Amino acid sequence: MCAKKVTQKPTEVKTTGHSWDGIEEYDNPMPRWWVWVFYATIVWGIGYTIAYPAWPLISGATPGLLGASTRADVVAEIQRFDDANGPIKARLVQADMTTVSQDAELMSFAQNAGAAVFRTNCTTCHGSGANGIAGKGYPSLLDDDWLWGGDIENIQTTIAHGIRNTTHPEARWSQMPAFGADGILDRPQIAEVVEYVLMKSGQDHDATLAAAGETVYLDNCAACHMEDGSGDIAQGAPNLFDAIWLYGGSREAVTTSVVNARFGVMPGWNDKLTEDEIRAVALYVHSRGGGQ
Amino acid sequence: MAFLDKHKAIETHATLLMVLSLLVVSIGGLVQIVPLFYLENTIEKVEGVRPYTPLELAGRDIYIREGCYGCHSQMIRPMRDEVERYGHYSLAAESMYDHPFQWGSKRTGPDLARVGGRYSDEWHQDHFRNAKSVVPESVMPPYGFLFNREIDGRYIENVVRTHAMVGVPYTSDMIENARADFLAQVDPNGDSSGLQSRYGAAAVPNGADVNVRNFDGQPQLTEADALIAYMQVLGTMVDFSTFTPDASR
Repeated sequence: MCAKKVTQKPTEVKTTGHSWDGIEEYDNPMPRWWVWVFYATIVWGIGYTIAYPAWPLISGATPGLLGASTRADVVAEIQRFDDANGPIKARLVQADMTTVSQDAELMSFAQNAGAAVFRTNCTTCHGSGANGIAGKGYPSLLDDDWLWGGDIENIQTTIAHGIRNTTHPEARWSQMPAFGADGILDRPQIAEVVEYVLMKSGQDHDATLAAAGETVYLDNCAACHMEDGSGDIAQGAPNLFDAIWLYGGSREAVTTSVVNARFGVMPGWNDKLTEDEIRAVALYVHSRGGGQ
Repeated sequence: MAFLDKHKAIETHATLLMVLSLLVVSIGGLVQIVPLFYLENTIEKVEGVRPYTPLELAGRDIYIREGCYGCHSQMIRPMRDEVERYGHYSLAAESMYDHPFQWGSKRTGPDLARVGGRYSDEWHQDHFRNAKSVVPESVMPPYGFLFNREIDGRYIENVVRTHAMVGVPYTSDMIENARADFLAQVDPNGDSSGLQSRYGAAAVPNGADVNVRNFDGQPQLTEADALIAYMQVLGTMVDFSTFTPDASR
């Protein structure tokens, strides 16, 4: 390379006039195509500021001839899908929730729309399979054990207003007393009633303590959890004599529940979801297997 | 276009080149930046947005300290998929009291701009202690130590005062009562009327009352209280059922 002769005659192009160690530099003009592309970008830039929002004025910016607006775009795009689903959504909003399942087309829509709502908003607590998180207070929605009622209207109400939250005035509300922490029962009484609940739910227990626990149970627990332990969906009081436990059914977990009480909170969704979305997700949850 | 051939004068004169470059860059910067300070529609007026309460502000500081912005954004963009997933797109006004704003640019985890009210406090407790216990797919590290770090708000007045200095409209009443408000927000059995009168529905047009709860589920006041209080207010200040976007934007 270095030894190659310079083919261009030095006289055709001027040099910059500098010389470093005998090396000179040609002062070629920029290639014509490059210069014209450069000018074209300037013209394009000016045109762009005319077509799109750009130049700041006194109270706002120039709106641009094309009327571009990301806000209008997103509204229009959402509207496009709302329009496409509009008629069937209107039908869902007006439908009698108990008979939707007889309308195959509406039910199919509700199932798919409800599944989408569920995956977006509900899976973080109730799990992506709607099976809840055992022992942590996030109930499974697949079984037929319902704290606040498993018929479609109750599910819809629970979703719309939530449980024990402070933001929705119509939220479902109940509060178990903290029998230990508030000193309503003493330690032996708590031990007795825990054994009684363990016995009734078919677990290993201390028979003597359990027998003594019956009185404690009837005096303190039966008002909400019922004499037969079946609970009360009007107060969200769970069934205590079955094998399904919201916060775990071990001796430790049940004792903690009696001592400190539980206060499970569910957010209300009627401020975040539309009526048709709430209805769709209620139908979806209802049809998971446990709906009554 | 003979003047175009004069560029040699600039190119061979370093000082002139520097001065003229600075001039060009300055014009570009001024045209882009200055209007943001005087244009009224840079931040459209939105009812309901209020400065953070002292406790929320402390939670926000923890959010920044732990680098939450590294994985979570707080900016819902005006696109259908984001609006459908997270809620109404973010408005400039919603972060106008954030110094610095927490928009972020990386979403390893979900956007948090409207996380407030979506989950119960108990869920946040479980999630901060061990995210995998509630979201098995999560890669978020555990933050259980927040529940052991007690705070008492001894410097919170200075924090509020600093935010007032950079333009957040904290009144002298708010600054003086910063610590009292800080403590009142985690005491559901105490008197929170002062806190509500400064930050609640009575003080903010179309605003809502401040959440007053024991956020971390423990008797003591910890960093988890502050962080969960901050989580629970994010994106909840504006009532979008009554909000009409400015058509000129």
